[in-house]
Amino acid sequence: MKKLSRAAKTDIFTYLLATAGFLAAQCIQGAGLMSSSLKGQLVPICAYVVMAISLNLTVGILGELSLGHAGFMSIGSFSGVVAAVALEPVIPAPEIRLASAMVIGAVCAGGAGILIGVPVLRLRGDYLAIVTLAFGEIVLNLTNCLYVGTDSQGLHISMLTSAEALGLASDGRVIINGPVGASGITRLSSFTAGFILILITLFIVQNLVNSRTGRAILAVRDNRISAESVGISVTKHKMIAFVLSAVLAGAAGVLFALNMNTIVPTKFNFNTSILILVFVVLGGLGKIWGSIIAAAVLTVLPEALRGFSNYRMLAYAIVLILIMLLTNSPFIKSVLGRMRVPFNGRRNT
Amino acid sequence: MNGGQTQLTPVPNVNFLPERDVGFMPILECRSLGIDFGGLTAVNDFNLAIGRMEIAGLIGPNGAGKTTVFNLLTKVYKPTRGAILLNGVDTLDKTSVQVSKMGIARTFQNIRLFVNLSVEDNVKIGLHNQIKYSEISGILRLPSYWRQEKKARDHARELLSIFDMQNLAEMKAGSLPYGAQRRLEIVRALAANPSLLLLDEPAAGMNPSETAELMDNIVKIRDTFQIAIFLIEHDMQLVMGICEGVCVVNFGNIIAKGTPNEIRNNPEVIEAYLGKGFARDFESRKH
Ligand SMILES: Nc1ncnc2c1ncn2[C@@H]1O[C@H](COP(=O)(O)OP(=O)(O)OP(=O)(O)O)[C@@H](O)[C@H]1O
Ligand SMILES: [Mg+2]
Repeated sequence: MKKLSRAAKTDIFTYLLATAGFLAAQCIQGAGLMSSSLKGQLVPICAYVVMAISLNLTVGILGELSLGHAGFMSIGSFSGVVAAVALEPVIPAPEIRLASAMVIGAVCAGGAGILIGVPVLRLRGDYLAIVTLAFGEIVLNLTNCLYVGTDSQGLHISMLTSAEALGLASDGRVIINGPVGASGITRLSSFTAGFILILITLFIVQNLVNSRTGRAILAVRDNRISAESVGISVTKHKMIAFVLSAVLAGAAGVLFALNMNTIVPTKFNFNTSILILVFVVLGGLGKIWGSIIAAAVLTVLPEALRGFSNYRMLAYAIVLILIMLLTNSPFIKSVLGRMRVPFNGRRNT
Repeated sequence: MNGGQTQLTPVPNVNFLPERDVGFMPILECRSLGIDFGGLTAVNDFNLAIGRMEIAGLIGPNGAGKTTVFNLLTKVYKPTRGAILLNGVDTLDKTSVQVSKMGIARTFQNIRLFVNLSVEDNVKIGLHNQIKYSEISGILRLPSYWRQEKKARDHARELLSIFDMQNLAEMKAGSLPYGAQRRLEIVRALAANPSLLLLDEPAAGMNPSETAELMDNIVKIRDTFQIAIFLIEHDMQLVMGICEGVCVVNFGNIIAKGTPNEIRNNPEVIEAYLGKGFARDFESRKH
């Protein structure tokens, strides 16, 4: 039998972790043991997991700080909502419509990623952090005054001050209404769809990292000068990682939005970007499975801590610190390392 | 790559080449190369040609500008003056990545490995431009991915075996002992398939027996890969032992060029770098 490399083992562990989480949630739900508020969290958890994995690609694997990841999620969300409405007559099947909306949302977010990446990723230094910070705010402001409607004539888009400016015909319908956001969204997302998106994300990110391109991205992160000295283009590989990260965030945004009745632009503000960054940092930079756990636990936690009422934020902070200690403690690492010995079937002497 | 093809014109004082390489276009030619950092002239009027299979040495006191020459050759710095011809092609306006693809690879004085990655991955990163499959085949793991990855793995192990390091392949590069890190840098540079290999103080920090082994390996690498090697070194046993041509710089200027024998007995070099009594010491240590 062929021996699996350590990277392959970690990848398989990550797939198993995601699958186990999904099945556990399904069982608890099936047994009727899940609170309704937690049920409502299932799809958002999937969306945040994808957000965290995709941000880990930029921050952990590429090593560039991005402070506007929610901006890509926002672009994905709103373009996905519009796509879902516009495609309704063409694609009646909800699953296929969801998938198509995700592709469109992903492409739009990826386009924004290219727009930012081309000028910024050529520079050395922490410019990406500053520019993505501004990007998040710009997206927030633009979506705040974005009006989109549809009628028999097709789509109408306006950046003016009210939905009237769209000039919709009498059969028209407003899809996005400026600061009020999108409402009356047909729910297309499901927990299963979210799980599939997580698997696809894992597949793309993990396979990329273990390929020639992924090694080049890691090389660029670890030592730019030596990467260039063996003929690896720094800008190209920064672009690949950053744009792919934006694409996945766009898809996550669509999943998130098509699970809601209403979605407002301010949902995707700076706080959300930071929250996702917290998932990534707590889960461990470059550790995909860490991002999954951190995103899931920290999304469920505020609900779970409801019983502590006054001490909720305190408990939240304590859990944050505990996760940080756990994922980075040398003691835990050495314990895990020892546990892995029988798993590998070989002993270090 | 074409278009920049420059006719080889005789430049005064350019060079002697080892007999074997005479009649072939030099792999590297520097013409009046120079760079200033603000007011400081780090390299000036640097003229040199290196034969296709030559082992050439660059020596000189600390701060003479040796590493700066390597940084100019690999386009880490842009020259202020002069031209660099690689295999007869002018490298003006080329980037580090482009000159790497033209066949120049290097190691660094202060080791620059990918310390968090495995030894094998370090070499595979060096093989980057030899592995040919698209990003999509990589993500979808198409047959070309498996084929090329297997080839890359075998190739990496083969290169590591030059220094008998194939059993270290799984180790983290940063956890290797110092000497092994220096050797791994050479392997990574070789993986980029160069026709000119630049080694910046390859023996620094090595003990005499490691250095002796390194000397054998440098010659072996030149012979097996049929490439030119240009090395900076302070260890005169190594330089005098394996270099066919030696170039001495001081304060950014070439003060002498010649065979090891000529250099050893050049009064100006003795004055500036080697020190009086070097030739005598060298002879006595050799035996
Ligand atoms: N980026 C830079 N900016 C300014 N000055 C520089 C730069 N790089 C090198 N120098 C200067 O150029 C001179 C030559 O440096 P270089 O590193 O080439 O010396 P060296 O011959 O390699 O010395 P050593 O034997 O100590 O490695 C030094 O005076 C150094 O301070
Ligand atoms: Mg130096």
